[in-house]
Amino acid sequence: MPTTITVTVNGTTRTNEVDERLLLVQYLREVQNLTGTHIGCDTSNCGACTVHLNGKAVKSCTVFAVQADGGTVKTVEGLASNGVMHPMQAAFKEKHGLQCGFCTPGMIMTSIELLERNPNPSEAEIRRGIRGNLCRCTGYHNIVEAVKFAAAGTGGKK
Amino acid sequence: MVMAKLGDSVRRVEDDRLITGRGRYVDDIKLNGMLYVSLVRSPHAHALIKNVDVSAAAALPGVETVFTGADLQEQLGSLPAGWTIKDMVAPPHPPMAFEKVRVVGDAVAAVVAIDPAIAADAAQLVDVTYEVLPAIVDAEKATKPGAPQLHEESSDNVAFNWEVHGGDYATAAKSAEVVVKQRIINQRLIPNSMETRGVVADYDPGNDHLTIYTSTQIPHLMRLLFSLITGHPEHKLRVVAPDVGGAFGCKLYLYAEEVICGIIAKNLGRPVKWTEGRQENYVATTHGRDHIADVEICGNKDGTITGLNAHIYANLGAYLSTFAPGIPTVLFGLMLSGQYKIPSISCKVTGVFTNTTPVDAYRGAGRPEATHLVERMVDMFAQEIGRDPLVVRRKNFLAPFKNGKEVATGVKYDSGNYQGALNRALEIFDVKAFREEQRAARKEGKLLGVGFSTYIEICGMAPSAVAGALGAGAGLWESSTVRVHPTGKVTVLTGTSPHGQGHETSFAQIVSAELGVPMEDVDVLHGDTDRQQFGTGTFGSRSLAVGGQALMMSLKKVKDKALKIAARELDADPKMVRFEDGVYSLEDIAEKQLPFASVALAAHSALNLPPRMEPGLEETSFFDPENFTWPFGAHICVVEIDEATGETKIAKYVAVDDIGNVINPMIVDGMVHGGIAQGIGQALQEGAVYSSDGQLLTGSMLDYAVPTAEDLPSFITDRTVTPTNVNDLGAKGAGEAGTIAASPAVINAVVDALKHLGVKHIDMPLRSEHVWRTINDAKVAQRANRSVSAVKGS
Repeated sequence: MPTTITVTVNGTTRTNEVDERLLLVQYLREVQNLTGTHIGCDTSNCGACTVHLNGKAVKSCTVFAVQADGGTVKTVEGLASNGVMHPMQAAFKEKHGLQCGFCTPGMIMTSIELLERNPNPSEAEIRRGIRGNLCRCTGYHNIVEAVKFAAAGTGGKK
Repeated sequence: MVMAKLGDSVRRVEDDRLITGRGRYVDDIKLNGMLYVSLVRSPHAHALIKNVDVSAAAALPGVETVFTGADLQEQLGSLPAGWTIKDMVAPPHPPMAFEKVRVVGDAVAAVVAIDPAIAADAAQLVDVTYEVLPAIVDAEKATKPGAPQLHEESSDNVAFNWEVHGGDYATAAKSAEVVVKQRIINQRLIPNSMETRGVVADYDPGNDHLTIYTSTQIPHLMRLLFSLITGHPEHKLRVVAPDVGGAFGCKLYLYAEEVICGIIAKNLGRPVKWTEGRQENYVATTHGRDHIADVEICGNKDGTITGLNAHIYANLGAYLSTFAPGIPTVLFGLMLSGQYKIPSISCKVTGVFTNTTPVDAYRGAGRPEATHLVERMVDMFAQEIGRDPLVVRRKNFLAPFKNGKEVATGVKYDSGNYQGALNRALEIFDVKAFREEQRAARKEGKLLGVGFSTYIEICGMAPSAVAGALGAGAGLWESSTVRVHPTGKVTVLTGTSPHGQGHETSFAQIVSAELGVPMEDVDVLHGDTDRQQFGTGTFGSRSLAVGGQALMMSLKKVKDKALKIAARELDADPKMVRFEDGVYSLEDIAEKQLPFASVALAAHSALNLPPRMEPGLEETSFFDPENFTWPFGAHICVVEIDEATGETKIAKYVAVDDIGNVINPMIVDGMVHGGIAQGIGQALQEGAVYSSDGQLLTGSMLDYAVPTAEDLPSFITDRTVTPTNVNDLGAKGAGEAGTIAASPAVINAVVDALKHLGVKHIDMPLRSEHVWRTINDAKVAQRANRSVSAVKGS
């Protein structure tokens, strides 16, 4: 059954008719053409599809698009402002926190929310905070370094 | 503006697009009029197809058409094995099954619809009638009389028997003071690149041009194989590997879905897309490892190793994947000398068909299996004779060498200094202090252990003639083109095909260093058969050692030509012209200078070229190495085991690798980290498990334990540098080293932690229950021994 939803994605509000079974990640990728958010599994394990829904990091494969009706979504495409990367994006580049880049958008969205909740995390807290996002390239070493670097750079600020 | 040098940790060119969501992976591609393919796959591991009824599926609104294996049988051909072992049985491998399925996941029909969800719905409506046959999943049992038989061509499920013999193992074992035997299981792994596979196929009937976008490591080889089996002309086939989200070997083949989608696009005259689901990936994309090894090591009580003997059952799965026969043979058996002087080595490999997903290269591909076996056996030998495993290693190391060293398996290493890497690792890690800590911890009931792995690696695939003699169906050289534009900007075309390795950075770095142009002025293009001349692709840690050298050769030709043009422009003898930091100058006339860009313009304007020189500034090279490269290193792992639960944690990990000269240390460290993580993953927790009737029990990410950030520690990495003389860069290859070294370092550490209980070996993966049972069994055995001695004593 098609349903009409209105969602604000990266600051732009759009109204679309969608299938009730359409997942939020499919809505973002197929309807909004925001392909920066990736699909890496079908069991909500990998976290590649992580976005911010109403300010919270969610795996967008566990949310139906209709559940986002009236809500606000931020994806990796919405992080940079005026061509300047978000500090977490800059940290991933500086610390080489990515290789193939497939898990990266989700990993960055999770890491941003992690620092919002806990601005000065220990290494163990970082590892616990990103354990819902899988990466097969980096062994997480440099992702952890990137999150530490971003935390230090923002001085504990949001 | 970044002027790069070799050895700088230049930040990656790729990152800007990948961290802002502007990467372009196959599933991001949407073409006008595109249809979606969903494949109906066999739920049975072994069955005859009696009937395929597509009527309900075809009737679903939104379904364009449904093809069965029988419909497309003629057009699809048979997937080839690209590596041949003598007397190998290579049965047909239809991309879509039409008579018989041999593995859960064999495609039997393809639904094409206007929407992926409709295609998936319709696939469930395809009604296939099967006659289920008995299945076999264990490679050893599959060879025994009475086992279910997969292919008519092989009566005992054996695809090949391969052997290598150096020296005389039987005599060595007879005269040895000590012989240690062990069965070692190297379990099956699922590669788990974070991007699954995907294909978009687009056909232009007017020109008979077929374009296939696919998540692959080998666009050119894939095009060649596709063309050979389907008859679609190679020059009218374009294969594009866009951004590829990891591969680790599992995207190194011609896959059924590439052929199916290409042929469907041709039949329909419309673009089609297939995107692999993760659970689909677990059955449809190749697995790795899966060896049953019976091993013997022999030597004397002074620590001298005199021989090694191994027989392997290598599980190949239901069909021969493209490189499968080469992995457990050449890349495994020839590696069994490790870093040691072992006079007699004997190895027999039995490659076996089973009703499981095909097994092919997975990061390290043969070398992790070889290293695990060698490094475990060296430790077991040391334990047997009561000596320190480091002492035994040092006693048997090959002495440092620069210009080649042949070992008993017949291969010739390029250069090595194995003591050097171990010494460096032991500077970082204080073994003596650790032993004290270990003793103290044991008194408190805490089990600590340290494990060493001193490994050898083979990279730089490959001298084509040698590879051919070993069974490769094609040469494994590499190509490059350096195209200097009139403005001095540079385009590099490489036949390598990166998927996370950062070639756009390291190759641009080489160009920047050699031509003195900023990184921003260099564009490295890869992964498109219409753009690049033929190339071999990216696997086996070959890209820099082979592709990088091809790039160096083209750069040299460009520089030679540019110098002549510069000399003419400067009105000087070429011998007097210097080229430094992108500027041509004359030694004694300071004001006479010419930037590289001006020479590029002069080459294209062609107003004042030396006589008979062709205009333009573009050079192409093909490099076929004379030898492989042989990286090595020493890894040290410390584990902490909870005696009560068997839970095993990595407390510390030190990696010293020698991969020759390094172009970008940051990128190399990153690859080493990832490699170690995959090796630790195998040691601690990963493993594909089948039921006896061929169902994959670890069939999703819920059941297969890909390591998370919490499962792993941070790593300490360092390097020694022993350059190779096989290429001008002196670079050996870095992508797989970590994986090759890590698993025996972990297992050796665990055995070290448990050896006071009498434990001599433990197989992977080290799930808590497995470790707990090992501890418990050892204690029970110890108690039994004590009571026996007590009885004897009384």
